[in-house]
Amino acid sequence: MTEPLVQARQLTKHYVLRGGLFSRRQVVRALHWVDLTVYPGETFGVVGESGCGKTTLGRCLLRLVEPTFGEVLFRGENLLQLDRETLRQRRRYFQMLFQNPYLSLDPRMNVLNLVGEPLVTHTDLRGRALAERVAALLERVGLSADHLYRYPHEFSGGQLQRIAIARALALNPLFVVLDEPTSALDVSVQAQILNLLKELQAELGLTYLFISHDLSVVQHVSDRIAVMYLGRVVEVGTTEGIFYDARHPYTQALISSTPIPDPQARRSRVILQGSVPSPLNPPPGCSFHPRCAQALPLCATEEPRLVDVGDGHLVACHRAG
Amino acid sequence: MREPLISVRDLQVHFHTHAGVVHALNGVSFDLYPGEILGLVGETGCGKSVTGLALLGLIPPPGQVVGGEIRYRGQNILTLPPAQMRALRGGKIAMIFQDPAAALNPVFTVGEQMELVTRRHRRMGREAARRQAAEVLRSVGMPEPERILDTYPHELSGGMQQRVMIAMALSCGAEVLVADEPTTALDVTIQAQILDLLVDLKRTRGLSILLITHNLGVVAETCDRVAVLYAGFIVETGPTGAIFQSMKHPYTQGLLAAIPHPSSRGRPLQAVPGTVPDGLQLPPGCLFHPRCPFAWDRCRQERPVLREVADGHQVACHLYAGEAER
Repeated sequence: MTEPLVQARQLTKHYVLRGGLFSRRQVVRALHWVDLTVYPGETFGVVGESGCGKTTLGRCLLRLVEPTFGEVLFRGENLLQLDRETLRQRRRYFQMLFQNPYLSLDPRMNVLNLVGEPLVTHTDLRGRALAERVAALLERVGLSADHLYRYPHEFSGGQLQRIAIARALALNPLFVVLDEPTSALDVSVQAQILNLLKELQAELGLTYLFISHDLSVVQHVSDRIAVMYLGRVVEVGTTEGIFYDARHPYTQALISSTPIPDPQARRSRVILQGSVPSPLNPPPGCSFHPRCAQALPLCATEEPRLVDVGDGHLVACHRAG
Repeated sequence: MREPLISVRDLQVHFHTHAGVVHALNGVSFDLYPGEILGLVGETGCGKSVTGLALLGLIPPPGQVVGGEIRYRGQNILTLPPAQMRALRGGKIAMIFQDPAAALNPVFTVGEQMELVTRRHRRMGREAARRQAAEVLRSVGMPEPERILDTYPHELSGGMQQRVMIAMALSCGAEVLVADEPTTALDVTIQAQILDLLVDLKRTRGLSILLITHNLGVVAETCDRVAVLYAGFIVETGPTGAIFQSMKHPYTQGLLAAIPHPSSRGRPLQAVPGTVPDGLQLPPGCLFHPRCPFAWDRCRQERPVLREVADGHQVACHLYAGEAER
C-alpha cells in the first residue's frame, strides 16, 4: 500500500463567538473530529452543502486557518507543530485554488506579478528568466506570453481561473486544494477548466482535494469522496461506492436531490424536510437525526463513529455496519 | 389550439452605454401557455434575466425595448399606460429572484411586506390582509404561518425566504410567475423542495411559470417545454422530452455535452470552444457561427430563423433549413 500524502487526525476547528454583555459565549463547530487520508496522485472529493465545513477543512489542511485541535500530517510530518520558517518552506508543496478568481487575484497586479509572486518568494528567478518561466506557465494553462502585462479586469472568468491555476502550479506543488474551482463559471467554461485540471494532474502527478457542492462535478473528477454534514465526515468511499452503494441516509438524499439533465431518468426522490441546523447548536447524537427518515431512538443520544463497512468504505450511521 | 397566456414576438432590447450599444436581446420569440412550466435556459449574459424583467416592464435604464411586442392575453403590455402596468406587475404577473435575502426588505417583518402587496393591489384592510397572508404562506408549505408573519427575513433560512417570495407573488392571484434562477442560491436538498413546490403550484393552481435557469438538470426535472437562449436569441425550443432526446442546435448539443455525467468519468468533457460574443459587437450571420463546428459560408452571412423540425420543436440553424424547404 502506498504511503499517504496527507492525513488529518481528529481535525477540529471551533470558532468562538464572543458573547455580548447579556449573551453567553457561543461556539460554532465548523469542523469536528475529522479523520481522512489522501494518497498521492488521487483526486479526493469533498462534498456537502453550504456550512458543512468543507472549506474550513481545506483551509485547516493547509494551515491557512489554525485548527483548534488535531493533527495534519503531510508526508508524515505534523504541519501544526512546525515553526514559522519551516512552515514557510513547506508551503511551496501545497497550494490552494479558490472559487472566485475575481476576488482571489489582486486587481492591481498584472499577470506577470500575479503568477510570478510565488516564484519570487521561493526561488531566485528574477527578470528575464522569471518572465520566461511565467510565460511557459501561461502557455501550459492555455494562455500566452501576450497576456503577461495585462490586468485581471481584461480577462473573462474562465481565463482568470486559468491564471489562478498557473499561479498555484508555479512552484510545482505536490498537493492542491481546489475549493469550488468551477462554481462561478458557466458549464461550457467549467468543462474547459475541469479538462485542464485533469490534464495537469496526469502530467505533473498532482494530488487534488476537490471541494464542491456539485455532485455531478465531484463524481466526474474524484477517485474517492468524503461526504460532510455539519462539520463532520459522514461517509467516505470510492466514487462508485458513494454513488452506487451509498450507505448514509444523508448521502442518499443528497444524490437523489441532484437534478439530472435527462427527463427519462426521473427517479423517486427522497426529499429531505427542513434545512441544515445551525452549527451553533448542533443537535445531540447524530447531527442528521432530526431530518433522517430512518432515525432510531439511539440516534438522538449517541453520536455514531465512522466504521468500515468493507473495502475502506466508511460510514457514520447507527443503521450501517 | 390553446391560446398562449403570454406571447413574446421578436423582442429586442438594447442598452445604450458609454462604450456603445449593447445588443442584449436580438429578436426573442416564445409563447407561455396556461398551466405550464417553460424553461428559459442559457449561460451568463445570454439575456435570460433581461427577458424575465421585460415581461414585468422592469428593464433597468439605460436598457430600452427597441422592437417587438409582449402580449398578455392578447394585449401588448409594452404600450400599456404606467398605472395599468403597475396593476399587472405583482398582480397577474409576478416575479421571484435568485437571492431572496436581497429581494426581501430586512427592516420589515414578513407579515408587513406581504400585507403591503394585498393592501396595495386588492385594497384589503389590515386584518384581512394578514389573514390572507397567513393563508398563502400555508399554501406554500410554511409551518406555523402566524408565527412566520412576525419574523424578520434574516431569521429564516434561504429556502424559507424563497417560499415567502413565492407566497408574496401568489397573494394577488398571479397567473404568470417569472422565476429567475429561484434555486441557484440554495443547497440541492432545499432546491429539490422549492422545485417540487413550483411543480405543485402548476398542478393545483394552473400557474404558468417561466423558469429562468442555467441548469439543464433543473429543466429536465421540472419543465414541460424549453427555450434555449444564446446571445439574446432563441436558438431552439420545444417539448422537454423532444429536446433532450434529439437536440438539434449545435449550441444546445454542446451545452449538454459539457455537463459532467456518470458516463463521462475518466474522459475529457466536451467543452464548447471560445466564449459568448460581446453584445457590443455581434458577429454577422448566425450568432453562434464563430464557435460552431459545423459552420459554413451561409452561417457567416445569413441569420437563421426558427423553423419547425418536429411537432412543436423549432430550431434556428441552417443545418436544418433544407428539411423545411424541401
